[in-house]
Amino acid sequence: MDVILGKKLGMASFFGPAGREFPVTIVQAGPCKVVQVKTVEKDKYESVQIGFEPKKESRVNKPLAGHFKKAGVETLKHLREFRFEGAGKVAVGTQIDVSMFNEGDNLLVSGISKGKGFQGVVKRWGMRLQGGSHGTHESHRGPGSIGQCTWPSRVWKGKHLPGRMGNDQVTIKNIEVLKIIPEKNIIFIKGSLPGAKNGILKIWKMEV
Amino acid sequence: MDFLHSLNTEQVKTDRPEFKAGDTLDVHIRIVEGNKERVQVFSGVVIQVKGTGVGKTFTIRKISNGIGVEKILPLNSPFIDKIVKVKEGKVRQARIYYFRERRGKSARIKEVKKGK
Repeated sequence: MDVILGKKLGMASFFGPAGREFPVTIVQAGPCKVVQVKTVEKDKYESVQIGFEPKKESRVNKPLAGHFKKAGVETLKHLREFRFEGAGKVAVGTQIDVSMFNEGDNLLVSGISKGKGFQGVVKRWGMRLQGGSHGTHESHRGPGSIGQCTWPSRVWKGKHLPGRMGNDQVTIKNIEVLKIIPEKNIIFIKGSLPGAKNGILKIWKMEV
Repeated sequence: MDFLHSLNTEQVKTDRPEFKAGDTLDVHIRIVEGNKERVQVFSGVVIQVKGTGVGKTFTIRKISNGIGVEKILPLNSPFIDKIVKVKEGKVRQARIYYFRERRGKSARIKEVKKGK
């Protein structure tokens, strides 16, 4: 199985084995437990539900406690579902840890980006600034025209306008593992990853 | 967070001498060419020291065959074998960018004499 849940601890500067300096994101990945397995026969699709980070049993409500009890695993804080081929054959209760990774592996990482609040079109969609001077007044960062006239007499659906930005699921492909510390369940991933510190990340190992 | 902190402090090399802008250094840089490895000494004047912790870098400048050459090096890079402080210069600025425009006689820095 090539999936795991991780927690973003922060970024650092790291000198690799060849001496080059890399920006790295430090992720605490696992240990995770498989809590539920969905099969084609029963659920019409196959997937695994993975739990991460222990949680006090007294903090878990009864329905969820029952869910963990059924799987025979301890109570866990974060649950996420992963869909992939062959997921239905995985055994419930399987432990997953960083030992599945090798240095140099490529990953696919998915997380929730930091929320930016209500943003204008320049930041949100990368539209160009209007002039700072030369007769421009009261409209330096606006969207400009947002459509035509008599036809279509409305604004097209999906027109790029101001609004809420961030807090979206962001997925990054082909991101490299630079170092693994198995005893601490920590992996160093080259470059930046979506989300704030302590954010939960879904990590897939990409097929070579 | 503790792990991040320890990672940041672990990678800081303690054998580096303290220096600042205006000082003259001999930097022994390991250069890898194919399979061969050799040490090259780059001696010049420090223009600036930038950053803190692991990411600390310094800019070092010398005149090579009449052409000014500058290198920006990470202080904690494993490629740097050692740094030898040759002269301690007396300058007023923390970043002596003006030094780039100087040639010949004006491109001299007063030395701090120890024990005076």
